[in-house]
Amino acid sequence: MTVQIKTIDLAPKRHTFGHIARRLGEDKPASRYQEATFDIQATTNFHYKPLWEPEYWTYDTRKTTVVMQDWYKPLDPRQYYYAAYNIARANMNQAAERNFAFVEERGLLTKASESARGAIRRGLLPLRHLHWGSNMNMTEICQRGYGTAVTAPCIFSAGDHLGMAQYVSRIGLLLDNQTGSTLDEAKQTWLNDAAWQDTRRLIEDTFVERDWFHLFVAQTLGVNGVLLSLIYKNVESAWDDAGLTVALLTEFMNDWRAEESRWSDAVIKIVAAESEENKALVSGWAKHWIGRATEAAKPLSVALLNDGGTAAIAAGEAALKKAASLGLAV
Amino acid sequence: MSGTKKLGLRQRYEYLTRGLDWETSYQPMDKVFPYDSFEGIKIKDWSAWEDPFRLTMDSYWKFQAEKERKLYAVIDAFAQNNGQTGISDGRYANVLKLFLTGISPEEYQAHRGFAFAGRHLRGAGTRVAAQMQSIDELRHLQTQVHTISHYNKYFDGIGEFPHMHDRVWYLSVPKSFFDDARSAGPFEFMIAIGFAFEYLLTNLLFVPFMSGAAYNGDMSTVTFGFSAQSDESRHMTLGIEVIKFLLEQHPDNLPIVQKWVDKWFWRGHRLLGLVAMMMDYMLPKKVMSWKEAWDIYFVEAGGALFQDLGRYGLKMPKYADIATAEAEHISHQNWAVFYQYTHAAAFHTWMPDAEHLDWLSEKYPNTFDKYYRPRWEMWAKMEKEGKRFYNNALPQLCQTCQIPMAYTEPGNPTEICFRSTQYKGDTYHFCSDGCKDIFCDEPEKFSQAWLPVHQIFQGNCGGATVPDVLRWYNMNVGADNMDYVGSPDEKLWNEWHAEKLRQAS
Repeated sequence: MTVQIKTIDLAPKRHTFGHIARRLGEDKPASRYQEATFDIQATTNFHYKPLWEPEYWTYDTRKTTVVMQDWYKPLDPRQYYYAAYNIARANMNQAAERNFAFVEERGLLTKASESARGAIRRGLLPLRHLHWGSNMNMTEICQRGYGTAVTAPCIFSAGDHLGMAQYVSRIGLLLDNQTGSTLDEAKQTWLNDAAWQDTRRLIEDTFVERDWFHLFVAQTLGVNGVLLSLIYKNVESAWDDAGLTVALLTEFMNDWRAEESRWSDAVIKIVAAESEENKALVSGWAKHWIGRATEAAKPLSVALLNDGGTAAIAAGEAALKKAASLGLAV
Repeated sequence: MSGTKKLGLRQRYEYLTRGLDWETSYQPMDKVFPYDSFEGIKIKDWSAWEDPFRLTMDSYWKFQAEKERKLYAVIDAFAQNNGQTGISDGRYANVLKLFLTGISPEEYQAHRGFAFAGRHLRGAGTRVAAQMQSIDELRHLQTQVHTISHYNKYFDGIGEFPHMHDRVWYLSVPKSFFDDARSAGPFEFMIAIGFAFEYLLTNLLFVPFMSGAAYNGDMSTVTFGFSAQSDESRHMTLGIEVIKFLLEQHPDNLPIVQKWVDKWFWRGHRLLGLVAMMMDYMLPKKVMSWKEAWDIYFVEAGGALFQDLGRYGLKMPKYADIATAEAEHISHQNWAVFYQYTHAAAFHTWMPDAEHLDWLSEKYPNTFDKYYRPRWEMWAKMEKEGKRFYNNALPQLCQTCQIPMAYTEPGNPTEICFRSTQYKGDTYHFCSDGCKDIFCDEPEKFSQAWLPVHQIFQGNCGGATVPDVLRWYNMNVGADNMDYVGSPDEKLWNEWHAEKLRQAS
C-alpha cells in the first residue's frame, strides 16, 4: 500500500541553470553537487593583475604545467559540496568521540606499557605537524588551483588535516593528563629527532612548490600515500600492547585515508589521462615524491620497528603500485 | 609553556592550532611565506594574536552539519510546497536575481581569498581563523545557489549567473571590487574583506537582503540568512581582531591601514549603492529605507566603532561625510540608471506606483519630492503615452567603481559629478573624489580595469550592436531584461494568483 499526498504540480520553465544544462547536454534536473560546483569560479575578463604575482591572473590555468581542456573533468566521486562534506565528517567525528571516550574512561592509554607510550610519543604525536603542513598544502592548492571541481575539495581536505592534527594532539593530551607536555616533546621530536628530519625536510620542500598540481601529486601520493600510510598502517606493531587502542583513536584517519584517496586518485587519473604530456609530468612528479617519501619513511620505520626500513619500503611499493594503477609510468 | 597543570581552554586551543606550527629550517621562512612583507606591514610578534573564536574542527563539523541539515530541510520543503508562489509579489524575484548574479560569486571570491590569507599569513592562529572563513564562504556560495536554484525553475534572469558575472556591465562593479581585494596582498585583503566588508558594512549588505527575504515571504532565503548568522558573527570578530592586531603591532602600520580603510570604505559605499536601490525600489514590502539603514548601521554603529578605534589613532574613513550626504540620493540615482538601461539588465525594472512614491517622499523628505518624484512621474507619463524612455547611448563609466557616471556633485544634486586625471598620457574619468583618490594612489593597478563599455567599443563583447552584446551576455531578450510589466515573470505570477483566487472561491 502506498499513501499519496496530493500536491500542486507547477510545470517549471527550466530544470537547472544554463551552464549546467550545457554540461549535461540537456535541461534536466541536476544534482546539488553539480549546481554547487560547475563553472562557479570566474574564468575571464579579470580586472587587475595580482600585486604579488603579476605574471598571472588570480585564476590562471598557467599556474600548473599540466594542461586540461576542461578543469571540470576531474570531479569528486564523493560528490561533496559543503553540506554533504560536513555531514559526513560530523558522522565520522561521532564515532571518533565515542572511541576517545572509551579509551579515556578505561584509561587504556595511560595503562599501556612504557614501550608503547614511548613509541606513541616518538612515532605518532609528531604527525600533528605533518598534518599541519599538509593543511598548508591543501589550502595552497585551494587558493592557487583552477576550477571549483578541484579546489573546493581541497579546502575540505585542509580542514580534514587540521582536524586530524587535533585528534593526534588529543592522543597526546590523553597521555599527559591534559597538560600538553607530550605535545611540547613531540614538537622537539619533529624539529630535532634524526628519524623525523627527512620527513620535515620533505614537507618544507613542498611548501615552496609553486606548481599547484605538482604540489597536489606530492601531497596526495607522497605524503598521504607513503608517510601517513606508514604511520597509520604499517608500523602497528610499534604500538605494542596499545595497538588496538591506537587503532581506535586513529579510526577517523584510516577511514579518511580511504575516502580521500578515492577522490585524489580519481583527480590524478583523469588529469594524467588527458594527454601524453600530462601523463609524463604527473608520472615524473609521482615517482619523485613517492621516492623521497619512501626515503624519509625509512628512518622512521627503523626507529619504530628496528626493521631496517622494511615497513617504509612496503609503504613506498604500495604507493608505486597505486600510482601505476592510476595510469602513471612510475 | 607546559608543566603539570591541566591546560585551560585558551591554552588547549592554542596547542590545537598555533602550537602545530613551527619555524621552518630546511626552507627559509621568507620563501615559505613570500607574500606577507611587500605591503610594508610590520608584525613584531605574531604570538600576540588573540584568537577571535575557539573552534576546533570537530566542533566545527558538528555545528555546521546540524545547521545544514536544518537548512536543507527547509529548502526542500519550500520547493515541495511551491513556496515561490507565496512571496509578496513577483517583483521580489528580481532581488534574488541581483543577489545570485552580483553577490554570490563574491562569496566564492571571498572563499578563495581567505584560502590565500589562510596559507600565506605567517601567524598560524590567524591562518586557522582565515581558513575557517574560507570554508564558510564556500558554504555561503553553495547554499545560496541551492536556495535560489528553485526560483530559477520559474523566474527568468537567474540561470546564467556565472556567465553573466564575468561579462555584464553592472556586474563588473562587484566583480572588480573583489578582483581588487584578491589581487592585493594578504594584509590588505584582510582589511578590505575581513574588516571593511565583513565588519563595517555587513549590516548594510547581508542583513538588508535577508530581512528583505523575511518581509517578502521568502522563507527559503531567510532561513539561509539565519543559518549563516553565526558564521557572519565569527567573520566579524575576525575582522575586528585583524585591524586591532595590525594597529597594535607597530605604529608604522597606522598610515597603511588608514589608507586601506579609506579606500575600502569608499569602494564599499559605491558597491552598496546596489543594495540601496534594492531596498528602496525592488522590495515589494519594504524593510526600511536605505537612508535609515545607513544612519543606524554606518552613522551610529560605524561612528561608535571608529570612536573605539580612535585610541589607535585610526580616523573615520575619508569622505564618510560625503557618503552620508549621498545616502539621500544614491538609491534614486541608481534606479534611474537601471530604468534607462533596462534593455541591458538581467532583472526587471518598473516605475514606483502612487503608494510607493508616497513612501519614498516620507522616507526622503529632503530630496525625493524635489529631485526624483518629478522624474518618475514624467517617465510614468511617457510610459502611458507609449513613449517609454530608454537610453540607447552607452554610458561613461567611472574608472574605479565602474558605475555609470550618474552621481551628482556633493551639495548640488542637479549637476553630474565628473573628475579626471592623466596617467601615462591617457585621461581617466571618475564619478567622485573618492574614486579618483583611489586611482591616483594605485594608477598602475586601476588603469588595467576591464571597463565593460570600453570593451564593447573595442569590439571585445560579441559585436558592435546592443543585440550582439546581449547575445554575448547569454541574455534571453524579452524575458530576462526590460520592464516587469509585460514580462513572462509577470504573466506567470498573475496565472498563479488567478489560480489561487479561483481555488479560494
